[in-house]
Amino acid sequence: MTSLPTHTDRKLGLVIDLDTCVGCHACVVSCKGWNTENYGAPLSDQDPYGAQPSGTFLNRVHSYEVQPSAGAAQLVHFPKSCLHCDNAPCVTVCPTGASYKRQEDGIVLVNEDACIGCGLCAWACPYGAREMDMAAKVMKKCTLCVDRIYNANLPEVDRVPACVRTCPSNARHFGDLSDPDSDVSQLVAQRGGMDLMPEQGTAPVNKYLPPRIKDRLDQTDQIDVLAPFLTPVTDQPKGFLGWLDKALDRI
Amino acid sequence: MHPAPSIIAFTTLSGLGFGLMVWLGIGMPGSTGLVAFVFFAIAYALAGGGLIASAFHLGHPERGLLAFTQWRSSWLSREAVLAVATLIVMGFHAVGRVFFAADWVPLGWLGAVLALGTVIATSMIYAQMKTVPRWRNPLTPALFLALSLGGGALLAGQVTWAVILLPLAAALQLAYWWQGDRAFATSGTTMASATGLGHIGQVRAFEPPHTGPNYLLREMVHVVGRKHAVKLRVIGFSLGYALPVVLLLVPFSHVLGALAVISHIVGILATRWLFFAEAEHVVGLYYGRR
Repeated sequence: MTSLPTHTDRKLGLVIDLDTCVGCHACVVSCKGWNTENYGAPLSDQDPYGAQPSGTFLNRVHSYEVQPSAGAAQLVHFPKSCLHCDNAPCVTVCPTGASYKRQEDGIVLVNEDACIGCGLCAWACPYGAREMDMAAKVMKKCTLCVDRIYNANLPEVDRVPACVRTCPSNARHFGDLSDPDSDVSQLVAQRGGMDLMPEQGTAPVNKYLPPRIKDRLDQTDQIDVLAPFLTPVTDQPKGFLGWLDKALDRI
Repeated sequence: MHPAPSIIAFTTLSGLGFGLMVWLGIGMPGSTGLVAFVFFAIAYALAGGGLIASAFHLGHPERGLLAFTQWRSSWLSREAVLAVATLIVMGFHAVGRVFFAADWVPLGWLGAVLALGTVIATSMIYAQMKTVPRWRNPLTPALFLALSLGGGALLAGQVTWAVILLPLAAALQLAYWWQGDRAFATSGTTMASATGLGHIGQVRAFEPPHTGPNYLLREMVHVVGRKHAVKLRVIGFSLGYALPVVLLLVPFSHVLGALAVISHIVGILATRWLFFAEAEHVVGLYYGRR
């Protein structure tokens, strides 16, 4: 049924910290790996080792340069995947009922057995979160690793989306954004979490934490971060080097 | 947006076919027998041919029947339901006209209303897209409707109506272009709102997430060919609107009528190509492109 639920019991989603993301693309790789081997059709590649490689990804990391009116420019790495919108336009346009939003946790999913591959949901998404798989000819999107987060066969620490589990800089957080006391909701409240393209009226569940202002980027001569490591730790060699030092002095 | 030939052919030809069905449904012309057969055959070839062309666009056409299930929420599903309902109702109407020389008026009018509904549903698939500011405007369904009725009148030999409706469609086309060229800027969606980084400073795309093309760029960030947009607008407008009206205003002959139809179809195909190629999707902003 492609009508949206009037409310969802929970709002599972991601909080992505643009301040700590280092742009390593580990989340992209782990997402591709997990979602190729598990739920639904694999994420195919076309011409992967040729001149025009192309493939299906559910998560991609852009990089932006932000130039303030005064001071140094700032580089922001920007991971982007499905935002599991409350008012998901991709769901209502689907002619077959393949695209749906779950009432129990708010996850937006595609029933690949009912997808006719018309591509209209990808048109309706302002974020570019949906990609048609060129081999399976069905629409692929982030499932929030629905086959991990409820998987009792996995150790509890692994019951989070693959991208969150793998992020080496803890820039990705997973939780219930409808619960104001959850860790993710508190993080959003403390750091001023924001919606992408709020004017599109999609009411995204995923939130982005804005990067902190880097106000001393243009004063690098005053904060030499390497200086403490470059000062000599000893000026009196001991042991073999000490003997060698003395022996050479005597010659 | 990527101008897929199957979609351009579908929207142009089926729009014309359903427009012709409107006129046939309300008995203009109210011909019977062999003449009616030829009219209905043309209408079915255009409308049905367009529907088949659109099926080539699908990844899994064998699951197409599912597309009739979501008419409560989806314009694409509504279009499918209305198109098939039109073809069935008009089929019975055609049987009456061709074989029994009978004009079953209520059936014809029902078919005409369903045909109009199909064209509106087609246009709403595009007009509903908030992600494509150029399309999201009441002018989109107005233009599709006027084109369908004007082109239908041309095919149905309703010269008076064609000479009224084609200039109306031409005016709507100019209005659509005029407002479309401003739509993206006034939509409020920018790189600043897309990234949420606008409060820090000027946002510039530094590095894309991938070194090659992907589905998003192929499907929604089609910038190739926009450089010929102005020329194509002139060609499309001249062939699609101006020339057919001129050909209809000179004393009628079947040769000139056929020329007017061909010119109209070629011109509308050109404007329909532009309808897609010029439409900028907001996802391009994430790539620093339009």
